[in-house]
Amino acid sequence: MAFPFSAIVGQDETRLALLVAAVDPGIGGVLLFGDRGTGKSTAVRALAQLLPPMRAVAKCRYGCDAKDTGRLCEDCRARRRKGALRSVQVPVPVVDLPLGATEDRIVGALDLERALAGGKKVFEPGLLARANRGFLYVDEVNLLEDHLVDLLLDVAASGENIVEREGLSVRHPARFVLIGSGNPEEGELRPQLLDRFGLSVEIRTPEDLPTRVEVVRRRDEFERAPREFQAKWAAEEARLREQLATAHASLAQVSVPQSVLEAAARLCMHLGTDGLRGELTLVRVARALAALEGTRAVDNSHLRRMAAPALRHRLRRNPLEEAGSGTRIERALLELFGP
Amino acid sequence: MAAVTAAADEDARRWHEACVAAALFALDPAGTGVVLRAGAGPARDAWLLLTESLLPRAAPRRRIPLHVTDSRLLGGLDLAATLRAGRPIAERGILASADGGVVLLAMAERLSAAAAARITCVLDTGELVVEREGFASRRATRFGVIALDEGAEADERPPAALLERLALHLDIEALPLAALAAPSPLLKAQVEAARARARHSAADAAGIELLCQVALALGIGSARAPSLALNVARAAAALQGRDRLAEEDLTCAARLVLAPRATRMPAPPQSPEAPPERSETQDSSQPAPPGESSAAAAAAHALEDRVLEATTTALPAGLLAALKAGAASVAASAGAGRRGVAQRSRLRGRPLGAQPGDPAGGARLNVIETLRAAAPWQRLRGRRASGARVQVLREDFRVTRFKERTPTTTIFVVDASGSSALHRLGEAKGAVELLLADCYVRRDRVALIAFRGRGAQLLLPPTRSLVRAKRSLAGLPGGGGTPLASGIDAARELADTLRRRGETPVVVLLTDGQANVARNGQGGRAAAEADALQAARLLRALRTSVVLLDTAPQPLPRAARIALEMGARYLPLPHADARTLAAAVRGLAGAREAAAREVS
Repeated sequence: MAFPFSAIVGQDETRLALLVAAVDPGIGGVLLFGDRGTGKSTAVRALAQLLPPMRAVAKCRYGCDAKDTGRLCEDCRARRRKGALRSVQVPVPVVDLPLGATEDRIVGALDLERALAGGKKVFEPGLLARANRGFLYVDEVNLLEDHLVDLLLDVAASGENIVEREGLSVRHPARFVLIGSGNPEEGELRPQLLDRFGLSVEIRTPEDLPTRVEVVRRRDEFERAPREFQAKWAAEEARLREQLATAHASLAQVSVPQSVLEAAARLCMHLGTDGLRGELTLVRVARALAALEGTRAVDNSHLRRMAAPALRHRLRRNPLEEAGSGTRIERALLELFGP
Repeated sequence: MAAVTAAADEDARRWHEACVAAALFALDPAGTGVVLRAGAGPARDAWLLLTESLLPRAAPRRRIPLHVTDSRLLGGLDLAATLRAGRPIAERGILASADGGVVLLAMAERLSAAAAARITCVLDTGELVVEREGFASRRATRFGVIALDEGAEADERPPAALLERLALHLDIEALPLAALAAPSPLLKAQVEAARARARHSAADAAGIELLCQVALALGIGSARAPSLALNVARAAAALQGRDRLAEEDLTCAARLVLAPRATRMPAPPQSPEAPPERSETQDSSQPAPPGESSAAAAAAHALEDRVLEATTTALPAGLLAALKAGAASVAASAGAGRRGVAQRSRLRGRPLGAQPGDPAGGARLNVIETLRAAAPWQRLRGRRASGARVQVLREDFRVTRFKERTPTTTIFVVDASGSSALHRLGEAKGAVELLLADCYVRRDRVALIAFRGRGAQLLLPPTRSLVRAKRSLAGLPGGGGTPLASGIDAARELADTLRRRGETPVVVLLTDGQANVARNGQGGRAAAEADALQAARLLRALRTSVVLLDTAPQPLPRAARIALEMGARYLPLPHADARTLAAAVRGLAGAREAAAREVS
């Protein structure tokens, strides 16, 4: 039983980033980096309950989308040749990648039981299969072993998991939104991994007393009576779920005017971000935000609000620069768009 | 005499508080948790014995050794059972078997951040999720943690992520035997009575607010601290048979939970004008009728002041001095950035996947991968007379590859004396800055020692924070004599400490070699040089990599001789600018990088 998403106090940037990623999974992952005890994992686990259900092929181990015929797994393709695919409603998977997970459980491997008992070579799908079309959450992502990080990066980039081990040769779709959280004091993230995340949120401890009192109060209320607490927030959760579903459906209709594209380009040039990924993400995120708020066109205010999470991890790093990247973006926004 | 009694009283009080903490923990192990800072000895044994007697008899107790493997901690494949049965049999990990009980972490100060994260994840979610060796499971798991912290130095502490989640931070280090009075037998009865009573369920809005206020006043950032303090306050109330929080309960919780986490001294409680955060509270979260509000607010303030004052007296003595001196980062940075223990064995390090190979020569057999390799052939091999259900042949063996990475700390020793300072200090600073950027890329830590005038000073203890390094470098004044021997000694001591922790120190010494102040602080070229040469020989005995950058405008044989004595690489850089200096040291670092082991 998880804490309701709508009951989270403060942490606006975190909530917005997660919602936007749920509206448009193509944004490419969210990194939550920040102080201890700020509810990073609480927010992600809360998101799992909030997501509107999706339709998936019945009994498919990878949760294929029957409408997306180009990305069906081999099993579903075989089923489709035999007749129409039957879909059922399932919750969007939010898969936890626990620390200490072994490679075989992540990518999938030979099913030992059937191999030992019956001598059959059967593929047993792993976490990546389960996360297909959903979210893969790695808490303490900076403590994950390097070889596992490489593996995740590779799959996240290609949207496909290719398994070549123990005489098995399997490929299956694995498109997921990677969510990582961690504390920078435990170690930095490799730049290659940083760049894969569409959004990067810096979480700070709230400094004002009323917010902090409210955080502790709600947490306490939830822990003492989780069911009652959830019931109390059910209406709010339903409203937010509805909003997410509407936004998801209307995403394609949201237009991005030329002026906004130009503004995004100017901002990225001004900040000197490497490559085009930052610009593309920024526009995409602004569009998802517009959809979430029910507007039909993106404007500069959407850009402004998402600039920090979309760009802060892409600024060229100067380790001795004392001003954080957030401040640099803030400054650039002021210079380009005025107060 | 009075001082002696006062000290004895203080010891008795500390012991009493530790006993109360044991009772509070025993009442709600999963909601609190303990870090016990004390070396092995009678005080610790007595405390553990007491806690043991207060815990419910049925609660499981599990002790986790320092080098527990993931398969024991989390669970995995039971090799013996699997081979016997011919199908995979799961083994329950220690954490799963501790559900409803208590986990004891031995030598928690040497626990790696990664191992701590596995435990804290269960503490956070109340659930043990395992995805290992062909098994996936998820089960509700709640346990209390007692972390035994035997750290000798101030910065030897358990991983910060673990400290953060354990409510009670006790320090019973060096309590004399005389202070260890047997706890009152009433305590056990009290605990049992409190356990028998239903837990009260009042919302305690005022208590929550008070604990948040005290936490804020002490500069505690995390929202977990007041939450944990609330659990402790409730346990304290239950212990006294109350079903509402009283002032004593809040004070007790603030002293045990909040005081050890303080990062700053609270503003003096008697200050006439209220600090801004208090007036804010008054506005927003006290919707009392206007007539009563000021009186109620005044009472609340008085209560807060009393609790805060009681808490302040519980602040650790060393911390208090440090805080007063303005070094507010002590508590915040302690433990941060420190990780790892000696990883010299070929069997440890980060697992890097498996590869075919013999489990001989110290390599570790990867059971699950071996079984997987053997599985497809079982039918072919048939069942032999040996009775074994699974036939594993030598070619099936898979061994785990490990990658070892011992953290490297580069110690910069900068000559800031008059002779150097005049022309070269600026360039030396520039070079160190460039090297710092390098260290950052390699995730090395840096430390900075400067020597001038009479002796050497550790300006920056090992850190990963380059901003701090840069700041302390920028503030480095120049001038005075050259106590070269003291500088080398300081570097040796630091390198030795790091070496003992299993880290790899690298010393970079920037000097012109013109020693003129001896170890005793007296001037005199001859004595100073003799001391410097002796210090150099001692450093050599450590066998650590050293590079000496001769910063003199016209290199003299003195610096070269010192380099020779300490077995250092000698780089005379008469006209080098910062960039050339940095490039020279980089060469050295590159050679070291190449030597970094990757055991397979």
